Amino acid sequence: MQVDFADKELTLKLVYYGPALSGKTTNLQAIHWLATQATCGDLMTLQTQNDRTLFFDMLPVTVNSVSGLKVRVKLFTVPGQVMHNATRRLVLQGVDGVAFVADSQLSEVEANRESFLNLKQNLEDIGIDPAKIPIVIQFNKRDLEHIRTDEEIEALSRSSREPIYKAIATRGYGVMQTFRGLIRQTWYHLEREHHLQEKFAITPLGFLHEVESRLKHDPTVR
Amino acid sequence: MPDDTATADILMGDVVRLEDVLSRDSVIAVCRSFFELFGLPVRVISQEGELLADVHKERPLCRYLNTLDGGKRACGNTVRDVRSREPNGGPLTHSCFTGAVYRIAPLEYQGRPVGRFIIGPYVPAETPSHPRSLVTVDPGVDSATAIEQLGRMPRVREEVAVQLSNHLKSVLELLLFSGHRAQLASSMQIANVRENYRELAEKNERLAAAYEELKQLDELKSNFLATVSHELRTPLTSIIGYTEMLESGAAGELAQEQNAFLRTIRSKADQLLRLISSLLDLGQLEQGGLQLHAEPLEARALLTDVVSTIVPAANRKRISVDVQFDDDVPRFVGDPVRVKQILINLADNAVKFTPEGGSVELTARRAELKGAGPEGLGAALFATRRPAVAFIVTDDGKGIPEDKLNRVFEAFYQIDNSSTREHGGAGLGLSIVKQLVLGHGGEIEVNSELGQGTAFVVKLPAAAANG
Repeated sequence: MQVDFADKELTLKLVYYGPALSGKTTNLQAIHWLATQATCGDLMTLQTQNDRTLFFDMLPVTVNSVSGLKVRVKLFTVPGQVMHNATRRLVLQGVDGVAFVADSQLSEVEANRESFLNLKQNLEDIGIDPAKIPIVIQFNKRDLEHIRTDEEIEALSRSSREPIYKAIATRGYGVMQTFRGLIRQTWYHLEREHHLQEKFAITPLGFLHEVESRLKHDPTVR
Repeated sequence: MPDDTATADILMGDVVRLEDVLSRDSVIAVCRSFFELFGLPVRVISQEGELLADVHKERPLCRYLNTLDGGKRACGNTVRDVRSREPNGGPLTHSCFTGAVYRIAPLEYQGRPVGRFIIGPYVPAETPSHPRSLVTVDPGVDSATAIEQLGRMPRVREEVAVQLSNHLKSVLELLLFSGHRAQLASSMQIANVRENYRELAEKNERLAAAYEELKQLDELKSNFLATVSHELRTPLTSIIGYTEMLESGAAGELAQEQNAFLRTIRSKADQLLRLISSLLDLGQLEQGGLQLHAEPLEARALLTDVVSTIVPAANRKRISVDVQFDDDVPRFVGDPVRVKQILINLADNAVKFTPEGGSVELTARRAELKGAGPEGLGAALFATRRPAVAFIVTDDGKGIPEDKLNRVFEAFYQIDNSSTREHGGAGLGLSIVKQLVLGHGGEIEVNSELGQGTAFVVKLPAAAANG
């Protein structure tokens, strides 16, 4: 988090993490397409010829709160391919919250697991305690066959430390919900750590309400 | 290299300064084409106040007014005011005393102001006539000239001015977006290289430490081997000594069967002693601790000696042993015991692996040793050829498969385990032979053809006087 007290400006960094081809970039594309233009800037992608993320994607979202506080949220994706680990570690630096985009397909269970362990390792390597950083999990690609069932995910959801969301990012389903969930987790975490209410006279609920009202609602599957 | 702050900004995906991200040439080119299309001057100024582009042509009216003191002063004030106005709340217009206006619009990026651009001067098409200030700015103003020249200023309807300004804003912000994208990509590339380098350097360090540890372990192993061999040899020498004494009748006459048992004990004890000596040799050779005596040697005498050693074993298998000796074989320098050990070992092996009734050949001839150096281009500069003596031990045994040829010199290596059972040995002989040959500054090679037999060639450098 970067704070500029003079300009009453707060910058948050949220990172979409997950295995290769799980739909991280698609999540950002959907937010860009679903959110209001005034709130959402241009989506920047740094891709290879095959549309694979090379360095990262970045989507800036700005919320001008009525309290006078300007909150700039930077959404990043990491490249999912195993070989880009150095890039993932760089992108994770200074992160405030992570949305882990998992692939719902049964064949991808191992890839999800490995990517999550990689996230944990990279966070530790850059000096962030994985147990303390806000993380939400999204089970994407709910429209495909041979996926983990809804019942399974409901059961996982009940015992999970992290909030779990279901999504079809290609159609925009569940994307905004994941994003709002991530903002909520992150803001409450920052409130506990930095007492934003005291410093900027903005309550978590008040802020989240403003975020909700500035982002369009989407039809969700959850 | 960016400093830490800049890296932090890059990792946050923020633009630090407009002038760092925008290509000045591209901005000027865009402004020039805007000017050529619409006839409107454009200036682009960064948040820090740096003028990044200034495309304009002095208007006749401005040129005329600048010739008058009052006009020049007023013009200067207007330009200064226009440049210092910051359009924080959105685009604004600034009026000139001539009736022309400037339009000032902010440039924003990711919710932050990064600079502004100024379009103008132009005359709003809606303006009915000139203001009084045009003619009163200086007592010397000729109203007719001033008004005529004001008429030659570009006239733009407010609605069009807004459209043009929005268009230019989006073009400039798009340039900014691409510039930022390129900047992020290149900074990430550099950061990535550094991160990868750091990671590899760490790995190398760990590998070097592991290598060091293994080297120490290897040394420990060699020391252990040397100590154990030494400790085993001492009591074994006593066993052999007392056995010999018993055999010689020092403790009284022995029955025939007792003598036969003693011979077995002797032969097994000798075998054990040879193995232990080999282990000791290997340990010393590996540590480079084996001292070699240098003496001038003569190949013929040496070969004769070797042949006499192996003949009994050869005879038992009805193997013929031939010696070929060329007349021009040079004398050479070596440790007589060790050179003999080399040749006996090879000859012994040859007999061991030759079937009954076969033949073994020992040859000595003049040869050359190639010095180290690249083959081909410039070889004359590096390669040296030294005279040498070559000992060739040939058998007509079953041969060694090609894929195993270069492994025969490894310690404890056996081509197949069945040969150990059949012929005995711990697989140390050839490894020791190789170390000894290298210790003499020579070289060894093996040629073999399956079913045809094997030839080991040992080359040892000739003595200088014979070179």
